[in-house]
Amino acid sequence: MRKYIINVIFLFAIIAIIVSCQNQETIDLQNYMSNGKDIYKSRCQNCHGENGEGLGELAPPLTDSVFLKTNKDHLACIIKNGANGPVVIHGKEYTEKMPAFPELTDIDVAQVMVYLTNSFGNNQGFVPYKKVAEQLQNCK
Amino acid sequence: MNKFISSITICIVSVIALSSCQQEKKLPIYGDRHAQTVKDAAGVEKIDTVYQTIPDWSFLNQDSVVTTNKITDGKVYVADFFFTSCTTICPIMHRNLLTVYNDFKTNPDVMFISHTIDFKYDRPYVLKKYAKKLGVDGPKWQFLYGSKNVVYTLAEKSYLVAVGEDSTAKDGYIHQGYLVLIDKDRRIRGAYDGTKTDQVEQLKKDIPLLLAESKK
Repeated sequence: MRKYIINVIFLFAIIAIIVSCQNQETIDLQNYMSNGKDIYKSRCQNCHGENGEGLGELAPPLTDSVFLKTNKDHLACIIKNGANGPVVIHGKEYTEKMPAFPELTDIDVAQVMVYLTNSFGNNQGFVPYKKVAEQLQNCK
Repeated sequence: MNKFISSITICIVSVIALSSCQQEKKLPIYGDRHAQTVKDAAGVEKIDTVYQTIPDWSFLNQDSVVTTNKITDGKVYVADFFFTSCTTICPIMHRNLLTVYNDFKTNPDVMFISHTIDFKYDRPYVLKKYAKKLGVDGPKWQFLYGSKNVVYTLAEKSYLVAVGEDSTAKDGYIHQGYLVLIDKDRRIRGAYDGTKTDQVEQLKKDIPLLLAESKK
C-alpha cells in the first residue's frame, strides 16, 4: 500500500513538472507577444499596417501564412537586415526595398517575429530566443 | 386653455430663436495677416484684412509635366511634404491620406498635392512609380518635384511645415507630417497630423465644411 502511494505521488510530481513546463512556454509566448506588439507598432506598423495589411504595392501584407511558413528560418534575418530582392506574397510581386533595423537586439527580433507569425491570422507558435539568435548568426 | 396654447407657442418660438442663433461652423484662417486700406467698387476707402496665401509655384509632376498653381484654381486642396524612400512617418501619412483621397475621389473640387523634399533621388519617374504602387492614378493627386531651395522655402514660409536635410536621421531628411488644408483663395484653413487617424478623420469632416463655405 505504501509503495502504491509513493508511486502515485511520484507520478503526480512528474505530471506537475510537465504541466509547469508547458506553462513556462505559454508564459514566454505571452511575453513575446506583448513585447513584440510594441516593437511592431514602433518599427513595422508604418509600412505593414496595424493589421498586417501592407500598403499598396509598396509594402507587402504579412498575412501570407504559406510564405511565412516556407521562409520561417529567414524571417529573423529579414527583420534585422531588411530585404532587397523581389518577393511574391499572395501571388503578387513586391519589389520595394525593406530597410534594415540594426538597432534591434536578438531578443527584440525574436519577440517581433513571434508576434507577427502568431497574429493577422498566422499561427506558427513559439520560437525561443536562442534559436533566433542562431539564425541571426547565419544570415546570408 | 388659451394660456396653455400661448405658453406652448412661446416655447416653440424661443426654441426656433435659439437654434437660429447658432452660428455655422467655419474653419479658422491661419498664418500672418495684416490690415490694408483698399478701395471698394464705389471708390470708398475702407480697411480690409489681408491673409497669408500660398504664392505662385511651378514644378514638375509625376508625369514630368510642368505643373503650376493654376491646377488648384477654384479648388480646395490638401498639401503635404514627403519623400519616397522615407520609412518613418511617410508611409503612415500616405496610408491615411489615401483614405481621404478615396473618400473624395469623385469630387472634382478637391485635390491632393504632395511635394517631395528629396531633391536628389525623387525624380518624376520615381514619383510616378511610387504613386502607382500606392494605388493612385490620374491628375487628382499630384506628386511634385522641385529644387531644394524652392520646395523648402515653400514648405517653411508658406505651408508652415518644417522640413530639412539631416545626416543623422535614419533616411537623411526630417520633416513634419502635417496635411495642410488650403481653400480656394489659397489660404491655410487647417493642419492635421497625418500620422494620427483621429486628426485625419477631422480633415475628412472639415473638407465638406470648406467646400460648403465657398459655394455661397
